[in-house]
Amino acid sequence: MDVLTQNFALYGEGFWGTVRLTVYASLLALAVGVVMAGFRVAPVAALRGVGTAWVTVLRNTPLTLLFFAMLLGLPRFGVALPFELFAVLALGCYTSSFICEAVRSGINTVPAGQGEAARSLGMTFGQTLGTVVLPQAFRTVIAPIGSTLIALAKNSAIAGSFSVVELLSTYKTLSENGYNVIWSFVWIALGYLILTLAISGLFHVLERRWGVAR
Amino acid sequence: MTTPPPAPPPPSGLATLLRGRGAKRPPKAVASALYDVPGPRARARHLLYGLLTSLALAALLAWICWLLLDTGQFAHVKWRPFAYEGVQEMLLGGLGNTLKAFAMAAVLALALGAVLAAGRLSDHRPLRWVSTVLVEFFRAMPVLVMIFFVFVALQVQALPALVTGLTLYNGSVLAEVFRSGVQSVDRGQREAAYALGLRKTQVMVHVLVPQAVRAMLPTIISQLVVALKDTSLGYLITYEEFLHAGRLIAINMDYTMPFIPVVIVISAIYIGLCMLLSWFANWVARRERRNVKNEAVPVAPAEAGSTMPGARP
Repeated sequence: MDVLTQNFALYGEGFWGTVRLTVYASLLALAVGVVMAGFRVAPVAALRGVGTAWVTVLRNTPLTLLFFAMLLGLPRFGVALPFELFAVLALGCYTSSFICEAVRSGINTVPAGQGEAARSLGMTFGQTLGTVVLPQAFRTVIAPIGSTLIALAKNSAIAGSFSVVELLSTYKTLSENGYNVIWSFVWIALGYLILTLAISGLFHVLERRWGVAR
Repeated sequence: MTTPPPAPPPPSGLATLLRGRGAKRPPKAVASALYDVPGPRARARHLLYGLLTSLALAALLAWICWLLLDTGQFAHVKWRPFAYEGVQEMLLGGLGNTLKAFAMAAVLALALGAVLAAGRLSDHRPLRWVSTVLVEFFRAMPVLVMIFFVFVALQVQALPALVTGLTLYNGSVLAEVFRSGVQSVDRGQREAAYALGLRKTQVMVHVLVPQAVRAMLPTIISQLVVALKDTSLGYLITYEEFLHAGRLIAINMDYTMPFIPVVIVISAIYIGLCMLLSWFANWVARRERRNVKNEAVPVAPAEAGSTMPGARP
C-alpha cells in the first residue's frame, strides 16, 4: 500500500499519460479506420486497393516494429515531433486497420435493400454510405470496436519503452527508488484494469443505448 | 420440412432475403449493397477517380523515394553491411531466436488454452470459477506488463519471461476460442453421443473437440499470428531477437549506422512471415467452407419400427 500512497503523483502522471495516449490514438484510429473502410467498399478499384493494402500491411506488422521504425526512423528524415505524438501515430495507424475490418464487416451486415432504397431516392455513393449504411453499421460494430479499443489501451504499454510517459514505465523509477517491485506492479496492473474496465463499461452503455437487439 | 417447388431454380435463401422477392436481377449483377453496376457515365467517373488515386499514390511513392534518395539511404555504404557474413549470421540468429520464442509460446499457449478451456467447460463449479478468473485476468492484462513482471520481479532470463507472458495471454485467448468452438458444435451431436452411451470424456474427445477444432482452426491460426507479432516485445526486455539484432547493426558506427536499410529489410521479413501465416489461416478458412464434410446431409426422418437388431421395419 505504501508504494501507492507515497508515489501517488508518479502513478497519477503515468496513468494520465496512458489515458491521453489511449484517447488520442483511439480518435485517430476511428477516423482513419472509418475512412479506410469506406475505401474498401468503394466502387473504385484503386481506392479498394489502397484500403486493402493498408489493412493487410498494418495488421501483419508487429507493433514494436512500427514503434521502432517510427520513433527512431522518422527523425532521420528531419521529422522531429514529440515522442508522445509519434506514439499516438503508431498506435492509431496500427489500430485503424482493426477498426477498418470491424466497420467493414458491420457494413456487410446492413441489408442490401437499404442501399437500394437509398439509391432509388437518388442518393450518391457518399450519401448512401454516410447517411444510410454507416449509421446502421455503427450499431452492430459497437462491441467489436470496444474490444479493439481495449486492445489499444493495453498496447499503449509499449510506448513506455520508447521514452513516453505512461503507466508501465513508472516501475523503473520505483525500482530505482528501492520500492518493492511486486507491489509496484500490482498497482500498475490495477491501473490498466481500471482503464480497460472503464472502456468496456462505456461500450456496454453505448451498446445498450444503440446496439442492435439480439 | 417441405421441399421447394422444382422450377424455377431457387436462389440461395439469404440472397433472396437481401434482394427482396420482386428482384429479377441475376446474382452476378449485384455488386454491393452500396452501388449499382455502373453505367457508362459512372464508369467514366470511376475511371477518373481511379486515375486520380493512382496519381496520388504514385506521387506519394515518388516523394518517399526522393526522401530516401535525398538522405542517401540507397548509398552503397549503407547496404554493404548486409553482404558481410557476420551481419548475415547476426540477423539469421535473431530470426532464429524469434522463431524459437514463437514456437515455444505457440505450443505452450495451445496446451494452456486446452487446459483452461477444459476447466471452463468442467462440471465442477470450483474448477470453472478458477479457470474463469484466470482467463479473464490474463486477457485483461497487457502482455507487456506480464512480460515485465516476470522479467523484473521474478528475475528470470529474457526468453522464459517472454515465453511466459505470451503463453499466459495467448493461452487465455485460445481457451475462449476453444470453449466457444466446443459450444458451437450442434447440440444434437452431444446428445447423440450420450445416447450411444459414451462417457463425458469420450464425448468431449471423440465428438466435440474434433469438430470444434475444425471449425476454429482459422481463428486459432490467427491467434498464433498475434503471438508471432508479439514475440517482437522481446526487444523491449533485451531478448536477442530479430529486432534486437537489427538495432545492433543499425547503431554500429563501423557500418555507417544504416538505420533505414535495416528497418526496410527487417520489416519486409517480419511482415512477410506474419502475412504468410495469416494467408495460411485464410486458406484453411476457405478450404473449410468448401469442405463437403461441413454440409448438412439429409437425414431420414425417424420412423416407428422395432429397435431389435435384425428386425425389418
